[in-house]
Amino acid sequence: MLLSLIFIIIQALIVFAIVGAAVAVTLYSEIKVASHVQSKLGYMRTGWHGSLQGIADMIKLLLKEEILPGKIDKLIFLIAPYVAFLPVFLSFIAIPLGPGLIVKDLNIGILYFLAISSVGAIGIIMAGWSSYNKYSLIGGLRSTAQVISYEIPHLLSILPVIMLTGSLSTVSIVNAQEKVWYIFLQPLGFLIYFISTLAECNRTPFDLPEAESELVSGYHTEYSGMRFGLFFMAEYTHVIAGCAMATILFLGGWRGVFLPPFFWFLLKTSFLVFIVLLLRWTLPRFRMDQHMYLNWYILLPLSLFNLIITGLGILLF
Amino acid sequence: MIKTEELYLNVGPQHPSTHGVLRVIVKLDGERIVEAKPDIGYLHRNFEKICESRTYTQVIPFTDRLDYPSSMVNNLAYSMTVEKLAGITVPKRAEYIRVIVAELNRIASHLLSFGASGMDAGAFTIFLYCFREREFIVDLFEMLCGARLTYNYLRFGGVSQDLPEGFIEKTKEFCNYFKPKIDEYEDFLLNNYIYSQRAKNVGILKKENALSYGASGPVLRACGVKYDLRKDEPYSVYNEFDFDIPVGKNGDCWDRAKVRLEEMRQSVRIIEQALETIPDGEYLNSQVPRLLKPPVGDVYHHIESPRGELGFYIVSDGSSRPYRIKARSPAFSNLSIIPLISPGLLIADLIIIIGSLDPCFGEIDR
Repeated sequence: MLLSLIFIIIQALIVFAIVGAAVAVTLYSEIKVASHVQSKLGYMRTGWHGSLQGIADMIKLLLKEEILPGKIDKLIFLIAPYVAFLPVFLSFIAIPLGPGLIVKDLNIGILYFLAISSVGAIGIIMAGWSSYNKYSLIGGLRSTAQVISYEIPHLLSILPVIMLTGSLSTVSIVNAQEKVWYIFLQPLGFLIYFISTLAECNRTPFDLPEAESELVSGYHTEYSGMRFGLFFMAEYTHVIAGCAMATILFLGGWRGVFLPPFFWFLLKTSFLVFIVLLLRWTLPRFRMDQHMYLNWYILLPLSLFNLIITGLGILLF
Repeated sequence: MIKTEELYLNVGPQHPSTHGVLRVIVKLDGERIVEAKPDIGYLHRNFEKICESRTYTQVIPFTDRLDYPSSMVNNLAYSMTVEKLAGITVPKRAEYIRVIVAELNRIASHLLSFGASGMDAGAFTIFLYCFREREFIVDLFEMLCGARLTYNYLRFGGVSQDLPEGFIEKTKEFCNYFKPKIDEYEDFLLNNYIYSQRAKNVGILKKENALSYGASGPVLRACGVKYDLRKDEPYSVYNEFDFDIPVGKNGDCWDRAKVRLEEMRQSVRIIEQALETIPDGEYLNSQVPRLLKPPVGDVYHHIESPRGELGFYIVSDGSSRPYRIKARSPAFSNLSIIPLISPGLLIADLIIIIGSLDPCFGEIDR
């Protein structure tokens, strides 16, 4: 009993360390990608090419005084960042980093991933509501609409993969891609998955809940210190989790030649994260109604179409 | 039934994208704007009154602070008004220098506005690209007069100093460097699918409304009115150059950005022609007295600033200090159309509209 508890704690710590490291690297590369896109240098002072900046930022956030505005709904305000961050963090349980490198190979892994990662939106709504700030409220409302809508094409784009594999387990999905990656069988599915993941993570061009030119900072306007840091981390963790899942579902997970499996997984995920970062510094933002139009009129019919085609394909071949 | 009510939202004066200290009181129904009311005056510095206690020459640095992204054009408008009042002639070379710096400043100002309109839509990168090019112009001005923002370069009857060595070559180099960049920006922002979705058919201003509200500059030209003082009432030596007046079709935010982009192309054309044909000679009319005392009378003169029709009305009582100065600010009139065009749009559109009107609060509040 005690031994298994210790085992669980160690596992959680390892996952946390991996996630933390991944977030730190993503944060650093975000700035560096941005700088090189915008023809400037970016971090250069802290460590070699500013590589220690992530740690410095983290220390700053931890030491910073937390300001609680007046008239807030205190309890909800205080727990909202954790509600936003924890589910995304927990979604890593079902992600295999290599053969055997998984916390628990759930037989409903995909379902678990989808369910738990969208719980994070509740944290955003809570933050928006409790902040007693109109910008935050609008940000929270936008986020609600966005997550509820994009959940549908997100799910429908994964469904063909599950149909092809016949299993909800992430490990068996990777194993089923031994001959061919699913991106070649499901190019449309991959595209829809990627777009809806961007929307679920509130990334450009769908960063409406925190659109800084309209809503100042959206739902986290009133947050400071480590609670703000948690929202920040939640966003990046979500991006990494989404890209890791895309690697598993469509890019053959850890499969590859010469290099060890873990590296292949890392390489593919990093590539997808890089694309996400690049998009942020290239594209403007959608407007709310256009955003919804894209979802209900374009992505949803397309994903249903993709589903039918896949069904027909399975039936015929 | 759920009882719903409208939400009042204060956009500004401390808001990341109101381009200064604009406050807009917005009445929202969900995210849809029912009413938008701009509230100005946060940057009021009493420009017109303070001028009455300064000599004519001492007013020139104040005009720098009006429309600070285009100080040279303000200098030009004020100097030309006083010259008209006092009957001062300007040597040919000085006129050419004035046109060159005014057009360079127009490019710098439009770059700022164009980049910011991208940033309002969430595209941050275009803003920094525009700043990179603006930096080139600012360096040229630094070479010219030592200042990077408030130049105080023009004098009555000319300019404060001649073009420094290498300025013409550097400016030619800039023109060659900048021309392909304009095409790049057009592809990067204006032809971007998301941006055109965001800006097209947003904040449409009808021709009649634009005229009755006194809109001018790119805001008016985007509605399809071909009105540009450089062509219609040619001042300085503008009639010697060959350039076009770009106009838009719909008068929406996209057209305004497009007109600004096209104007940058035309400005480059003017600069190139002026650099080719700049005559030698004096850069300052040496007959102008140190302490200028214009004859009794009043005068109005207007020129085309990057934001529109910038005019100065000066009343002189024959002393060395102006009796009254009134500035006609184009951005003020342009801003006044916000309550007209924003109802029914979304809050995100309001931000795009404010950006497309290119307000400058130094000039609006004065």
